[in-house]
Formats: sequence, C-alpha cells, structure tokens
Amino acid sequence: MLLIPCPWCGPRDETEFVYGEAAVERPVDPLATTDQEWTDYLYFRDNPKGAHTERWFHRAGCHQWFVLERDTVTHAIAAAYLPGGAPAPEDGV
Amino acid sequence: MSRQVWRTDAGGHGIDRGRAISFNFNEYRLAGYAGDTVASALLANGVRLVGRSFKYHRPRGIFGIGAEEPNALLQIGQGARREPNTKATVQELYDGLVAASQNHWPSLSYDLGALVGVASPLFPAGFYYKTFIASPKRWLWYEKHIRRMAGLGEPPDEADPDHYAHRNAHCDLLIAGGGPAGLAAALAAGEAGARVMLADENPAFGGQLLLALQQIDGSDGHGWAEAARKRLAAMPNVRVLTRTTVAGVYEHDLFTMVERIGDHLAAPDPNAPRQRFWTVRAKDAVFATGAIERAIAFANNDRPGVMLMSAVRGYLARYGVLAGRTAVLFANNDSAYAAARELTAAGLRVEAVVDSRKDESPAAAQARAEGLHVLLGHAVVGARGMRGVRAAEVAAIDAKGAVSGAVRVLACDLIAVSGGWNPAVHLHAQSRGSLLFREDLAAFVPNTEGAPYRSVGAAAGVYDLGECLRQGMAVGADAARALGFEAAAEPKTPDATVDPVGDVPALWAVKSGTRAKAFVDLQNDVTVADVALAHRENYASVEHLKRYTTLGMGTDQGKTSNIAGLALLAERRGEPMPAVSTTTFRPPYTPFTFNAMVGGHTGEIGHSVRRTAAHDWHAANGAVWTDAGGWARPMYYATEGLSPQQRIDQEVLAVRNAVGLVDVSTLGKLDIQGPDAAEFLDRVYINNWSNLKAGRGRYGVMLREDGRVFDDGVTMRLGEDHFHMTTTTNHSGTVFQFLEYLLQVVWPDLRVLVTPVTEQWFAAAISGPNARALLADLAPDIDVSNEALPMMGMAEGLVASIAARVFRLSFSGEIAYEVNVDADYGMALWNGILAAGAAHDLKVYGTEAMGTLRIEKGHFTHAEADGRTTPDDLGLSRMVSAKKDCIGKRSLSLPALTAPGRKQLVGVVAAAGETIPVGAQLAANDDLDAVQESLGHTTSQAYSATLGRHIALALVTDGRRLHGRKLYALSPVMGARAAVEIVPPCFYDPDGGRQRG
Repeated sequence: MLLIPCPWCGPRDETEFVYGEAAVERPVDPLATTDQEWTDYLYFRDNPKGAHTERWFHRAGCHQWFVLERDTVTHAIAAAYLPGGAPAPEDGV
Repeated sequence: MSRQVWRTDAGGHGIDRGRAISFNFNEYRLAGYAGDTVASALLANGVRLVGRSFKYHRPRGIFGIGAEEPNALLQIGQGARREPNTKATVQELYDGLVAASQNHWPSLSYDLGALVGVASPLFPAGFYYKTFIASPKRWLWYEKHIRRMAGLGEPPDEADPDHYAHRNAHCDLLIAGGGPAGLAAALAAGEAGARVMLADENPAFGGQLLLALQQIDGSDGHGWAEAARKRLAAMPNVRVLTRTTVAGVYEHDLFTMVERIGDHLAAPDPNAPRQRFWTVRAKDAVFATGAIERAIAFANNDRPGVMLMSAVRGYLARYGVLAGRTAVLFANNDSAYAAARELTAAGLRVEAVVDSRKDESPAAAQARAEGLHVLLGHAVVGARGMRGVRAAEVAAIDAKGAVSGAVRVLACDLIAVSGGWNPAVHLHAQSRGSLLFREDLAAFVPNTEGAPYRSVGAAAGVYDLGECLRQGMAVGADAARALGFEAAAEPKTPDATVDPVGDVPALWAVKSGTRAKAFVDLQNDVTVADVALAHRENYASVEHLKRYTTLGMGTDQGKTSNIAGLALLAERRGEPMPAVSTTTFRPPYTPFTFNAMVGGHTGEIGHSVRRTAAHDWHAANGAVWTDAGGWARPMYYATEGLSPQQRIDQEVLAVRNAVGLVDVSTLGKLDIQGPDAAEFLDRVYINNWSNLKAGRGRYGVMLREDGRVFDDGVTMRLGEDHFHMTTTTNHSGTVFQFLEYLLQVVWPDLRVLVTPVTEQWFAAAISGPNARALLADLAPDIDVSNEALPMMGMAEGLVASIAARVFRLSFSGEIAYEVNVDADYGMALWNGILAAGAAHDLKVYGTEAMGTLRIEKGHFTHAEADGRTTPDDLGLSRMVSAKKDCIGKRSLSLPALTAPGRKQLVGVVAAAGETIPVGAQLAANDDLDAVQESLGHTTSQAYSATLGRHIALALVTDGRRLHGRKLYALSPVMGARAAVEIVPPCFYDPDGGRQRG
C-alpha cells in the first residue's frame, strides 16, 4: 500500500485515493483535432518502466485532484503538486 | 492417561513440570506440560506416526520444530473452532486440546490410500496433467475420489465464533525476529531512544538460543534472551511482540504482522481478539529471521524418526524430550558433534556420527577423541522401517554423493540430519532485495547492495553466535543513528560460547542407485527422481519445475525443501546455483487465517449498508431488498397470499391506474453553484442548458470522452447560478469525481462549486393519474395545476407540513412528482404521504415495479448504457446539441461510432403466453443447439401487467431497421426460448400525453 503525499493533506494511505490516469493534457479544442490526434489522446498511453506522471483524486479526504510523479518499478514518489503544476499553498486555500 | 516415556527426568527450559496438561490425539488421551507444543508432547509420549503424506499416503512423523515443519499437519480444535493444517510444531499445548491427524482413511495406521504409494510408479510428477487434463470427462469421474485421498484437512463448516482485530502502528525501526541478532539490534536501537518494534513468531524470545545449549555472558542463552526481553519491555519506546509473525513487506515501508492472542489458550478471553492483524509503517527495518535447517535426501528419508538435527536438539533443550533412544547423526557440517554431546549427556545412545566430509574437522577429531563413532566421507544412504525408523543404511560416498562402498546397517530409531542452513531471506526478497549464492555455506544470502533493509545474524548467513550478537548490536545502533538518535559507536557486545559449524560443502541428495523414494519436498511428496523427470521433460526453469512437480508449494512453502530442489535442478542443468536462481518469495511468510486479514470487517461492517430515512418502514412492511450502489432498496413489498410477480403486477397497475409511492432517495444529488454553472453544464451534458429558465428542469445525458453514454438524470435550475443535478444511484460517486476532475484539471477557470448532497435529501416520488390530487391534498399552499406546475417544472413549499422542493418529472410515464425534503424529515414526509394517499388508492412500489414501468416506457438504464453504447445507439442523437461542444462529442464522429452495424436499442415483445429468458440472444432460428449468428441480446426484461405480455429492451445490430421483424429469444444456458417481435423501444403511451396531462 502506497503512502501518498497529498499536497493538501500530507502523507495518507493509498486506500483513501482513486487513481485517475496518466497526466495527459486534454486538447483545448477537441473539435479541431484530427481523428488521429483525438484517438491518440483517448487511447494511447506510454507504459514507462520508471518515472510516470499521473493524477490521483483524494476521495476519502479533500476531494482534490493532484499530480504525482511515481516510479513504476520502485514506487518511489518524486513529487506531488497541484494540477497546474504549483505546490499547495502552505497556509491552505 | 499415558506416561511420558520419552521425557527426560529433568531439563527442558521451556516447560513447567509443575503443570501437567491432558490432551487428545486421535483416539488417545495423552499428557504433556505447560509450555509444550503439540509436537513436543506427542514426542514425549512416544508418538511418532502423526499423519499420512499428501500424495502417496506414506506414514509421516514430526520432522522439524517450528514454522518449517512439512509433515506434522494436524486438525486442532472441534466444531466451529476446528482448524486444519495446523503445524504441530507451532501449536502450543493447552488443557483439553483436541488434535487429529488428517489425510488418512479409514484410520491413521491402516490407510487404504497408501496403495497409491505401492502403485507409485504410475503416479509420477505431472501425473494429473498427463492423465486427466487430456480427457475432461475422465477427470470428472476421478475428481471426487482424488479429492478424498489428496487434500489437507477439512475446514470447519460453521461460522467462526471468535473475533479478530486490526491495528495500525508506526515506528522508527521494526525488527523481525527475536533471536540473538534481533535482540541485540533492538537493545542497541532501543537504548538510543528509537521507537522500536520487535516481533517474534514464538511464545518466547531467543530463536536459536532456545534450541541449543549455548552460553552468553556466563548464563544460559535462553536466560540471557529472557533478560534481554525484560530490559526491552521496560523501555517506553520499545514494543515487544511474541507470537507475532512479520508476514509481508510492501511498498513505502509497510509491513504486515499477525499476532496470535488466543490460539494457545484453553479458554480464550471472549473480550480479546483471537488474532490481531498489524499494519505497520516503519521508517526502517532489520530482518533477524534466522536460518532454516535443511535435510539431505536419501532413500526413504521420510520415515517417522528421520528429523532435522536442530529439531532433535531443540526438543531436548527446550522441552526435555528425547526424539529417540538410539540415534545416527548425519551431517555435512560440525553441528552434529555438538548435538552428539548434548544427546549423549541426556541419555540417548549415539550410534554414529556420519559426516559426509572426507577431511576431519577439529570438531570431528575432538569428538572421536571423546569416544564417539565417527564415519568420515560417509552418508546415510537409506532408512529402514515402515512406520518408524528401525535402522540406518550407511556407506562411503564419492565427491558427487554417489555410494562408493559397501552398505552397512546401523540399528537405530532416530536419524538426525543436517544438510546446512538456508538463511530465511523471505522478507529481504519480498522487499525486492536480491540474493547472492555463497559457496562456502551452499546457501543464498541477502545481497546488501541495493537492498532497502538490512538482514542480520543467521538471516545474513552469520552462524557464529558471537558474531550474530556483534552484528545485531552494530546494525541496531547504526539504524538508530541514521534516524537521528545518538547511539554508542561501539556498543558493548556480550561474550558468547562458540558453536562452530565449520565448512558446509553442498550435499543435497545421496545417490544410492536404488528405486526407493528419496524425498526433496516432504509436504508435496516430491522426490529426487521427480526433479530429474521434470528436467527430462524440459521443465527446466525454476518456475516450471515448481508448477510441474508442486515443489515448494503448500503450507510450508518449501522452507526445508525449495533450495534443495533447485540445487538438484542446477546439477541436472550442469549450471551453478546463481544461474538457476530461485522462485519468487511472496507474502505471507507463514500462512494465516483469512479472518485475521478480514479483522472486524465482517457482516454489515464489512459490507456497510446505506439506508434511506424510510428504511425501517420498508423493513416493517415486507420489503424484499436489493442492493443499489450500496443502498438497500425495496425490490417489492411481499404481501400475504401473493406471489412476488403478483405483488409486482399490483404495484405496476397502481401506478398506471391510481397512484404509487416510491422511495427515490438513493439517486445521486449534486448541488452545483457559481456564475459559470450553466456554461459548465453545457460542456458536460450533450444538450443545451444555458437557455433553461430558473425554476425549470431538463433531462440531461453525459458522455465519457470516448463518446459512450456515461450517466443521465434530470437537473433543475433553482436559480440563475444554482442547479440541482441528479445522477443515477450507481454513478453518484463517479459523476462527482468526474465533474471535480473537469473543474480542477481541465477548466480551472470556470467559477463553479460542486457539492455532493445525496445523503442530505430524502426524496419520494408519487406517480399515477391520482398523483396531482394527492399532492393538492398534501400541499394546500402549492398551486399544482398543469399551468403552474407543468412537466419539468418545480415548486417550493410545505408538503405534509414539511418544507419541500417538488420537481415534476416522470420515469413511469404517468403524472409524477418528486418531493425532496431534509433527510431528517424523510420519515415524516413518508408517513404524511401514506396518510393522505389512502383516499387516492395509493400503493407503495419498489425497484421491480419501477423497472417494469420504465421498460414499458423504453427508458434506458445501465443495462443499456453499458459502456459501449453511444447516444445514437440509444436513439438520442437528436438530443446532441449542434451548437456547442461537450465532453465526448468529438468521439461521436469517429468512423467506428458512425459505421453501420452498431447495436441499437429496440423493444422486444413476446408472443402471447411466452416468457423472454433473462439475458437472451436474439436469432432467426429457434434451434437452441444450432450454430447461428446472434443479431443482438436482451438487456432488461419484465412481465408487463399493463400490456399482458412479456417485454424486453434489447440491443440489436441495426435494430431500428428491424422493427416488425419476428425473431427468437434464445438462452442456451437455461434451455429456454421465446418467439418475439422487434418493436420500437417505447411500448406505452409513446407520445407522452399521460405524463404531461
């Protein structure tokens, strides 16, 4: 069971979280994408052995989505930050 | 009661001779002492035959002394507390304990299954695969006979009367194993101030010190261990746990432990758990798990009376039990000489020490000088005797372990074997540490490089007691320092007697050239020949060998056998051990009960039930329950004298002809507020929302990004910036999570707040032609006219004198109102509606009637929106707004979603008197056995009392073009069929006049 450092709540057990998926960017204007671009976004994901950037949702906690950088081999967590890339403000919202 | 004939007159530091205990083994009543295990008590009583082997039903005795035991598996306890496959070597004795051997029929001494052993050339490795898998029908016939003969014990068939607990803990340093090295590490780290947890699977600390006569600081080893335990227990920062096994190592320094609290008690404390499952986050860990002695295979080495050397020594030292009268000791190391000295002093006659090494070690020379009969360069090549050893066959061997001289027979009733030790690297390997093979020990040891945790003592391949203590102290102090505590640089190490084991040159099996079985794995009846056979048949990787022969499986997981089996495979392959490697070490280290894992999460705590405010009323009025998204919902209300279908019909007809009442509190509810709320809904739903007036509602459908229908429901606009969204019961959590994802990740610029409010509201729907009149009675202040409160309108006011929001919407196709009140007033509302409803022929209805009503109307649910269907598949393409984008819209124009041949929603109506089978396939031919194309499948079906027919919704390839087509609904698994016609999905009032009326 991972110990996940929620940027808002601090380290919490994995059972409190829901895994989202790889932190891919949604196209800003989907209707302007080609079929190839759109299906790449929908279906194609890297499956790296090593560093992986992914999104988690703290379901049994603060209800916030955040980004986690996790090593898929060792589970070592390099960083956790807000979806836009910023760290959580130290004094909360 | 019997006399304990094999108990020594004195000694045995682990037992209390003042407290005699009686227990039952099979039909015998036997005596033991407090502190005994079942195994030590059985041996004390001279019981040697304790079970039959798994496959060949060969007689088996006690082989080891701890968790490594492969043979002595017993059923302990009776009735609901009967537990199979308990190791007699681990189970502590208590007064009145009932033990029974397992895997024999009709009795232990006379086992018909042993005929399998006689016929054993017919039962080689891979026998099941070869014989039965090729012919499944033959397997069906054989299976019940094989299951009676094989298998290990019987589980209890009653509910467990005990309770179990979970506990979470944090510490600086977790130390697994309380032998000399573990105790030393705990002392060093504990004295430095670190929060230490020290766990040992035994009832006493000491590990190897409990089993051999060794001196530390001038006192007995076990006494030193007990003093160390007391010192640790007195430290406020240290927690010592006996009878506690560190079972698993997981990510991010998580460890699981199982503590046995009541297993050793005759009368377990009813207020204490029987076992406790610990989940520990430790900043660091030290594995002091010791080493497990291994045997050397020779012909008939499974006879009762062949035992591990350390076990024979341990039964004497700890329990005062002699495992035999006359012994032959067989080893490839010096431990046999210390053993010989201890056993001789206790009155056992040592016939000979058979040392496989050619060169005389100093220990051997000294033993010979003391008058011991030592045979160098020899091996025990076979055991004689059926239900117990009667003699050892001994011969000189060559460097490859093959017999090279004449066989001589030494009469004895005990053959103690030591083939060296395997460090218990299980936890190290679970933590992804790698292993190194040390030729001098002929054993795998932990590779410290890259390992997250350190191993100390015998677990690290250190067999010398003094060195174990020194290393434990040093590592414990170092770990504490690394965690920021001040620890002595050179902690004082106790003085210890040296108990040398000398060189341990590999010897895995003696090659006697006979056809008698020489076992590698006693528990799984895997022989040296089986390993060779597997290799011949090209099962030459360790993982294949394991699965083909079952080597290393079972309750002992090959603790005494695995490495030997792999070494024999390496010999066959002509490769060194590291090239062959090992199978994967997985948790748990030793088996534990599911109950411990489950803990208190049983019954309703394990599967918590969500209850609406009217739950108790439903229960008191015959509700037959179904589970929907964790909620208990009434399926229907059982009524005296009516079959379930009759009652459901009554509920359906009440809605169609009068008025029905249903609890819809379980629907997901989200409160959505903010200046951009309407814009947000435009982006989420396929239809348009910004043009919706405040005080009105709209039916919405949302998609996944891949264009498949995700969820639907009615959302009301309470004010310009305020919406009340409903979701399906099952998706309330995932819709909320998805909306939060969109707001936090995709469109963080939108000013919208979403709050889940499902539990805050109680909701009841009244539906049917009398619903308006009923609502008028309930809410005199609300104008219920069609003009003031039309379809998709809403009103706020008092209903049954309770502040309510009334939404006019319809799932049933009749005039219907959904009344929402504060959940705390739910029961009051429910009672108010019931009281007023009597004058309007009101009946309550459940999910079955609700389902029937919606099928009649052709409304889809998750059975149709199954994660594959698009809006067009469900006939909703006109709902998709062309004026705006929304989640998933881009996918709708992908070729796969627009191509012909997609399954579309249709209605299916059965011919009069026919029943559509559940989950039927639709096909052109009515032959259940015919191989034919499926044109589609039914998704929901019901008997429609309204129409007097069985009807269904179905997903059918190009189904909208097939309206009017006659097909067959087939269920080959149920052997059922019905003649049906494909029709549009709405069976009842297709233009919707009734619900708008």
